[in-house]
Amino acid sequence: MLEIVNLTKVFNPSTVNEMVALAGVSLSLNEGDYVAVIGGNGAGKSTLLNAIAGVYPPDGGRIEIDGKDVKSLPEHKRAAFLGRVFQDPMMGTAGDMLIEENLALARRRGKFRTLSWSISTAERNEYRELLSGLGLGLEDRLKTKAKLLSGGQRQALTLVMATLRNPKVLLLDEHAAALDPKTAATVMEITDRIVGSHNLTTLMITHNMHDAIKHGNRLIMMHKGTVVVDIRGKEKESLTVPDLLAQFQIASGDSFTDDRALLG
Amino acid sequence: MQQIIQGALALGLLWSIMTIGVYCTYRILNIADLTAEGSITLGAATAAAAIVAGTNPFAASALAFCAGALAGLSTALLHTKLRIPPLLAGILTMIALYSVNLRVMGKANLPLLRVQSVYSGLENMGLTKNMATIVFGGGAALLVIVILYWFFGTEIGCAIRATGINARMSRAQGINTDAMKTIGLMLGNALIALSGALIAQYQSFADIQMGTGSIVIGLASVIIGEVLFGKKGFFSRFVSLVFGAVTYRLIIAGVLKMGMNANDLKLFTAITVAIALSLPVFSEYISTFKKSLRTEELPCSKS
Ligand SMILES: Nc1ncnc2c1ncn2[C@@H]1O[C@H](COP(=O)(O)OP(=O)(O)OP(=O)(O)O)[C@@H](O)[C@H]1O
Ligand SMILES: [Mg+2]
Repeated sequence: MLEIVNLTKVFNPSTVNEMVALAGVSLSLNEGDYVAVIGGNGAGKSTLLNAIAGVYPPDGGRIEIDGKDVKSLPEHKRAAFLGRVFQDPMMGTAGDMLIEENLALARRRGKFRTLSWSISTAERNEYRELLSGLGLGLEDRLKTKAKLLSGGQRQALTLVMATLRNPKVLLLDEHAAALDPKTAATVMEITDRIVGSHNLTTLMITHNMHDAIKHGNRLIMMHKGTVVVDIRGKEKESLTVPDLLAQFQIASGDSFTDDRALLG
Repeated sequence: MQQIIQGALALGLLWSIMTIGVYCTYRILNIADLTAEGSITLGAATAAAAIVAGTNPFAASALAFCAGALAGLSTALLHTKLRIPPLLAGILTMIALYSVNLRVMGKANLPLLRVQSVYSGLENMGLTKNMATIVFGGGAALLVIVILYWFFGTEIGCAIRATGINARMSRAQGINTDAMKTIGLMLGNALIALSGALIAQYQSFADIQMGTGSIVIGLASVIIGEVLFGKKGFFSRFVSLVFGAVTYRLIIAGVLKMGMNANDLKLFTAITVAIALSLPVFSEYISTFKKSLRTEELPCSKS
């Protein structure tokens, strides 16, 4: 579903600030793969997701989504295949627009926008149903501005928006990291439910080792712009945090340093 | 006295269309677009030159509208294609328009004497120029509001609003933010130029200097409208812009009547806008003060 071959990205090339963020990442995701991505600060995780989303062009390599080379597509066109949730809960919605307006924007992702009315009554019922599935009471607040929601509610809404059109790939960049532990757990549980019910191919960055082990069917670890560990299936199910740290050490010849990692 | 109030009302209604144009870029797109200073004069110049050349005043005003859209397009291209920051892109277009406007008019001041204007029809029905302008300007402002209210409720209109609020999210939702900024800048400047065309026909001349300071007048009107008449729904927000523009004109007429030197007007306007723009800072102080009185944080997670 997602095929990444030898992807490279260097920031500020040939300056003192030169930074090799991606040093040849290759990654192949099958349909329905739910991949947790971990790695230390500056390992290149966000850069990988941003390169897939088309925020900036990579320097080399290939990105294919569902067999289609998307490298020449601008960010807003790639959005047709992607769903994205960011770390900052403010980032995923238009705060000054109503919940239903935000959902209507997402519903038209990848479609040609016209001068027809931005939202229909039939849609509203659909949104109400979708939101009631979250169990947060948002279904009665369609006419509330998104900025009035709590961080967790906004991330849940953004998740619904990101998955409304069944994206080929769902990209989550630490989408629960800014929330308190209890809310984060709720958002993670909602994530599992949505990904599971649509069998979405998902890349999820997290700093929480337990989340990385608990959620998804596959786990990759990045280090200095490459993928150094790739664990899946049965092996992942029996994984523990010490296992993971040991694997990392063997693969990278480095000990795992991440000032935000939650190890236990 | 009645004459002064009527004059202020007439001018305020014509300027309200300019104010709505400024609102499109400043509030909806979240871009401080200085093209306005050039495009209001461009509208006046285009309409005046066309009318002098014998064009029907309505067609001439439509032409001014289109010219303003082109001015907005210029700023949009400088910003989206050449990646020049919007403030600078607007200034570049504004400066360029100074030369363009002189070309269009052929001289620095183009009088419109003994020619038809969009108000002629109403004047022929026996209305004074001021009354004709109030009726026509009020109708035009209402029409603009109705059209914009519809437009910003459409799929494209919502995409423009989203672009102004959160461009990154908009791109993630498949919105071509560069295209939306372009439409917004074209629309805003088209309205501003239309306003210039109507003002020129009201005052019976177009002048190369008439745009100077207009962006500040537009901002003053936006803010007065928001502060005095609230910003509840989308429709009433547009209506409040008209009230803002008219109130601004009444204030100006008032201070002039009270003996203020006309040369000091721009200083007065600048100070008014500075005070109005800083109002949110004051209200923030007040609300943080109020919050500090509350002991308990509100629960902010799910039900
Ligand atoms: N826009 C940018 N310009 C310059 N350098 C950048 C940019 N974005 C990222 N980098 C650099 O590229 C490297 C990889 O950054 P990236 O954000 O991908 O790390 P990450 O794995 O997401 O880290 P974290 O866990 O801290 O979020 C870092 O050294 C970072 O400083
Ligand atoms: Mg990151």
